[in-house]
Amino acid sequence: MATTPLSTNKFRFYFTVSWLVWSMLHVGVLVRLGYPLKTALLDSLVSNLLLAAAAMLVINNLRYYLPRKEQFAYLLLMCLSVSGLWLLLSRWAMMLVYRIEDYSNYSASIPIRFGGALLIIGCVMLVSVLWYTLDEQKETERRKNESERLAKDAELYKLRQQLQPHFLFNSLNSINALIGSRPEEARKMVQYLSDFLRGTIKKEENQFITLAEEMEYLNLYLEIEKVRFGYRLVTEIDNSEESLQCKIPSLMLQPIMENAIKFGLYGTTGEVKIGMRARVVDNYLVVAVMNPYDPNTQMQEGTGFGLKSVKRRLYLLYGRNDLVEINITKDSFVVVFKIPDAHA
Amino acid sequence: MLKVIIIDDEPLARSILIEYLQKFPELELVQECNDGFEGLKAIMQWQPDLTFLDIQMPKINGFEMLELADQPPAVIFTTAFDEYAIRAFEAHAVDYLLKPFSQERFNRAVQKWLDQRPSVQTKNKSTELLLETAAQTPAQRNRIVVKIAGKIKIIPVQDLEYLEAADDYVKIHTQDGAFLKNKTMSFFEKFLDPLQFVRTHRSYIVNVQQITRLEPYEKDGHLAILKNGSKIPLSKTGYVRLKAVLGL
Repeated sequence: MATTPLSTNKFRFYFTVSWLVWSMLHVGVLVRLGYPLKTALLDSLVSNLLLAAAAMLVINNLRYYLPRKEQFAYLLLMCLSVSGLWLLLSRWAMMLVYRIEDYSNYSASIPIRFGGALLIIGCVMLVSVLWYTLDEQKETERRKNESERLAKDAELYKLRQQLQPHFLFNSLNSINALIGSRPEEARKMVQYLSDFLRGTIKKEENQFITLAEEMEYLNLYLEIEKVRFGYRLVTEIDNSEESLQCKIPSLMLQPIMENAIKFGLYGTTGEVKIGMRARVVDNYLVVAVMNPYDPNTQMQEGTGFGLKSVKRRLYLLYGRNDLVEINITKDSFVVVFKIPDAHA
Repeated sequence: MLKVIIIDDEPLARSILIEYLQKFPELELVQECNDGFEGLKAIMQWQPDLTFLDIQMPKINGFEMLELADQPPAVIFTTAFDEYAIRAFEAHAVDYLLKPFSQERFNRAVQKWLDQRPSVQTKNKSTELLLETAAQTPAQRNRIVVKIAGKIKIIPVQDLEYLEAADDYVKIHTQDGAFLKNKTMSFFEKFLDPLQFVRTHRSYIVNVQQITRLEPYEKDGHLAILKNGSKIPLSKTGYVRLKAVLGL
């Protein structure tokens, strides 16, 4: 949430000084019109304290609801209604002190009072809108920077992961075994591994690619893992035609898939079925990745990074925390993530 | 004939070992296993002379499997990359094969084992030391595996309530009951996070998150009361140590 201008000392100082000047003017005008000093002071104090309260109300209100470009009518309406409200309140307060017949010209001054209040509230409103807009821009900028930084981190992590010695050496070991018994397959595996490694090197950061492109890359990884783990690893991929054309941030799906495979292969025994399903729902690309799960196995450390970084990146890209969901049941672990504006 | 078993979760990794083994007609492969659970059963059933063992496997890793074996067999480890494991091997001169390995490298490892086979005793000693070092790996620091009625149970360390010395064993108390593990108190004291687990007594280690209050006991002793109502005695130094961790 944005900070209010009222929380900075500089703003408070200007606010107080302007308030004093305005109040003094108020007193001055009344005295020149021939009212006793006491009446003038009291009138000024009551009216302007209420005016200050109205101004603060406006500042705080805008903090929670900042109108977009097209909605300046809302601002005007707010300005008019706050000023009107202020007028009613200050009139009522003055009547508590003086009976109306003792302060006969009060009613005559109402248009001037209303005009003055309208001006002041309008100014405060403009300053606030400016303040919050700038604040929001700064926040967007900050988010963008962090998102870029995180994409870089993900890239580094991915490099470490895919060039991760464990994966690489085990794949080479499988190739070594295949060379003796099934040379054709060995050759295929070398091809998968090279294409996969090339893919990890050339990807650019923070770029959007289609789901189809991401799947191509993912399939290389899956093929290699299937050769390594044989019948144990089964994948069930069900992506709708429509979803394949959607754009997703690169490096988003892969960590999730890897996590699922690792979780599945090292957290359970027997056949491991990894499921993936992508659909377009209400202009969101919705992707679910499922792996079997055994709650009794305490997973090894270091498996959480993938998910955490995905959550963080989606927040930074879209400013929303509700795009990733994790559902754990007795025997399955499902990660669902949504990408807004699927057709953009 | 000498009996050999292979424990590895990747079929191709097993097949390369089988291929290389053909150069040694005196070695007979009696079983290949997919994971530590099968491996444990096979070790009990066959009492193999030699075992080829992978480290990273489903659910329990190679070290944890060895810990659970009543009579750990002679082992040649096979692993792709695991700096902790390699450190453990090097410290205790147990042979290991880094994947991918050649027939020559394999032959050397097997030959070395054949040559020093009579001294089985020293082998077991070094396996024990190896497991102690291996327990420091990040994978193993956050869980303990125990065997109960022939079944294997994995206990996350945060589920521990307290540990109690029981002759040659340590009794591990959890919400689901107590389990025995063939280890020493000082092993656990070293292995568990000292900010969460405090040795409060010669025979007790307590999970500080389980403590609800401390009570005076007899003349100048103290007791720690746990959430489940257990009363854990505190020695003088244990009391001081516990207060330091709790920040009292």
